[in-house]
This record gives sequence, C-alpha cells and structure tokens, in this order.
Amino acid sequence: MSAQLRWTTFAAPSRFCALAAATTPWLWAACLLLTVAGLYIGFGVAPTDATQGEAYRIIFIHVPAAWMSMVLYCAMAGWAAIGWAFNTRMASMLAHAIAPTGAMFTFVALWTGALWGKPTWGTWWVWDARLTSELILLFLYLGYMALLAAVDDVQRGDKASALLAIVGVVNIPIIYFSVRWWNTLHQGASVSITAAPTMAKTMLLAMLVMTFAFWAYAFAVVFTRARALALQRERDAEWVQALRKVVPT
Amino acid sequence: MTESGLSGFLNMGGYGLYVWGSYGVTLVAMLADWWFARRALKDSLEVQA
Repeated sequence: MSAQLRWTTFAAPSRFCALAAATTPWLWAACLLLTVAGLYIGFGVAPTDATQGEAYRIIFIHVPAAWMSMVLYCAMAGWAAIGWAFNTRMASMLAHAIAPTGAMFTFVALWTGALWGKPTWGTWWVWDARLTSELILLFLYLGYMALLAAVDDVQRGDKASALLAIVGVVNIPIIYFSVRWWNTLHQGASVSITAAPTMAKTMLLAMLVMTFAFWAYAFAVVFTRARALALQRERDAEWVQALRKVVPT
Repeated sequence: MTESGLSGFLNMGGYGLYVWGSYGVTLVAMLADWWFARRALKDSLEVQA
C-alpha cells in the first residue's frame, strides 16, 4: 500500500467515524491528565513573577488558547481548501467541525488577554495590532460559520465558506508578526524557536503542558463534531444504515 | 504567595478576580463547546433510529 493510499484511507466518512470513535476516549483521558499536570506545575511549582506577581498565571491558558486559535484556523482553511480542490466530503466536514472550537479558543484568548491587560497595562482593551488582528480572527471564524449556515445547498456552502477561510489565512502571519511589524503594547513572542526562553523553565513547562492539553481537547471535540456531521450528511449511505443496526438509539 | 492556605491561594496576591475570572470563563467556554458537539452527535445518532 503506498503512502498516498494510506493517507486517503480515512477520507471515507465511514472509516473516519470508526477512527474518531475509537480515539476520542483516549484523547479525553490525555486532556484530563495533561490539564491536571499543567495546572499543578502552573500553580504549585512555578514561582511568582517578579514584576507581575500572581497575575501572570493567566499565561498558562492565554498563550495556549492564542496558539490554538491560529493553528486551528490554518487547519480549518487547509481542510476547506482540500475539500474544495479535490471534492472530498470528509475534508469539508472536518473544516466545519474545527470552526466552533477555533472560535471558542479565539474568544478565550481575547477574554483572558483583557483580564490580564487590566492589572498589568491598566486597561481591558487597546486597538493594538495584536489584539485587533486577533479580534478579526474571531470575526473570520464567525463569518465562516454564518456563511455555512446561510447557504442551503451543502456543496455551494462548502465552496463559499472555503473561499472565505482561504482568504482569511492572510490574517495569521499578521497576528503572529504584529508585535514585530508594529510598535504594540502587547509583549513579544512568549516562545521562539531561534532564541533561548526568557521565562523560568517551570513556567514554560506549565504553558507547554497546557498547550498539549488544549490539543487533546481540540482533537476530541472536533472528532465528536465531525462524526455528527458525517452521520447527518451520509444518513442515506449504506454504512450509516448498517450502523443503525449496531446503534439502536 | 504572600498569604498562606486556601484564602491566599484564592486571593492570588490581589489578582484573584482576574486569574479565576480567566480560568472560570475558559472552563465554561470549553464545556459549552464540548456540550454542543456531544448534543449534535447524539441528535445524529437518534435520527438514525
């Protein structure tokens, strides 16, 4: 079996649903364990920050949520583009399934940023390049979901929303590099691949563990929503009819 | 932390409202996201029956 065939194995909604159903409990277990570990390190081991005091502990959800908001948008746009280019049903469904979770993480990043900004900057919000571009990301997610809901024809809806998602990708580098391109109130990148970490190792560890917890959460919820979408859209397919006998709800 | 025990932990050096307000809303948002996804799956499974 070639690598290409292996990749396309789970493009079939039936196979994808089987995979998602089997992996979701493990993803929840990983999410729970990582969250407990991340919060323990973040609140029990990581020291108090010299300048921000205890307020800095918001970082353990703010930064992972902000990272997830951008990564999930790229994943959503990627699947939407694959669905559009190759007319693969499961790819479009995955893009749809990612959108609400991506919007949720964007909202969390903005909310926790406001609650962190008040005690450290003295304000809930500024029209700073980083904050404004992150707010635009939330509007892109909401616009994507609104467009999907507005178009009755499934295939037309997939294509129209895919176009919006693809165009919106231009906002991701703007968010990421905004702190370099413009003189912003927001601090620079928390972690850089090319530079040594500027924060205590335990702080960095807690942040990374919470990021993996959010990853596990995102996979679990997206898989659940994608299964729901697949079962709805493919309700007349043979595999769903067969499932009906197995799951007599 | 300057204060000891649970009250000190909850107070978060005077930043309790900001820290717990962040974690609380995050928890509610994540639970809501999960609940809607789970309800959608349940509804699709019920449609089959």
